[in-house]
Amino acid sequence: MPHDHHHHDDDHHDHDHSVLPSDPALRVKALETVLTQKGLIDPAALDAIIDTYQNRIGPQNGARVVARAWSDPAFRARLLADATEVVAEMGLYGRQGEHIVAVENTPDTHNIVVCTLCSCYPWPLLGIPPGWYKSDAYRARAVREPRAVLAEFGVTLAEGQAVRVWDSTAELRYLVIPMRPEGSEGMDEDALMALVTRDSMIGTGLARAPT
Amino acid sequence: MIPAEFAEPAFTDPWHAQAFALTVHLSERGAFTWPDWAATFGAALAARRGVHGALDGGADYWAAWLAALETLLATRDMAAPGDVARMRDAWEAAYLATPHGAPVTL
Repeated sequence: MPHDHHHHDDDHHDHDHSVLPSDPALRVKALETVLTQKGLIDPAALDAIIDTYQNRIGPQNGARVVARAWSDPAFRARLLADATEVVAEMGLYGRQGEHIVAVENTPDTHNIVVCTLCSCYPWPLLGIPPGWYKSDAYRARAVREPRAVLAEFGVTLAEGQAVRVWDSTAELRYLVIPMRPEGSEGMDEDALMALVTRDSMIGTGLARAPT
Repeated sequence: MIPAEFAEPAFTDPWHAQAFALTVHLSERGAFTWPDWAATFGAALAARRGVHGALDGGADYWAAWLAALETLLATRDMAAPGDVARMRDAWEAAYLATPHGAPVTL
């Protein structure tokens, strides 16, 4: 809990009572209580969801998909044809029934993903989006000036490499398959996974070069 | 915009996680579809931007999230604003009346 201790009387420094949660924290608690009393939610399910997103789901899931696509041409072909089905087979379900589309970077085209409406994101593959993905600055500029945004992320594209911007929706989420880095020939899937960064799967980064 | 390759915590404040889980859970139970949620949330982000200027994707993002959830639950007659406000005040009173370290109950 945050330490913003609300005092109704500034001269009165009484810490005997429990630390008062922030106003939004109290409002969420109130919603939970009202909905629980009406039988509209199961409080235990909330804890399970939080545990899942805090501890079990993250970019390592997407990295596994990318590493397999790099290693297995048949898997790659299926992934590009129907990512929703392929990732579901791997147990990576979209909880909102959304479709997942894999877009592959090539020497000709670099892909970058944004959500201009809110913050739609392939949760089962990448977890909860980072703060910058949710910022107005990114959401507006990724569409308007993707090359400038990429430069700020330290990504310089080859001359002649086009940028394609994908705008996510509630129904459609994108996973970028970054280009397999040079020098990674012969590496197995587990080793390749370590080269796949979160940002490389959003398109604001490239895969790491092997060291 | 800070390029960050390092793992960030999924939620920076426990109530962000609670609001997120509540929304996902309600959607999974069929209280609303995810596209309905996204539309309401998008509108809440736009409304907040109108008042506070460009949003940084941190605390203001979650403030808009909570506002959208309250709106959606109110319009669907699942949680009336008056009921929620009374419950919020009841929790506040309970925290203020409970000795530090003891469990807070209504």
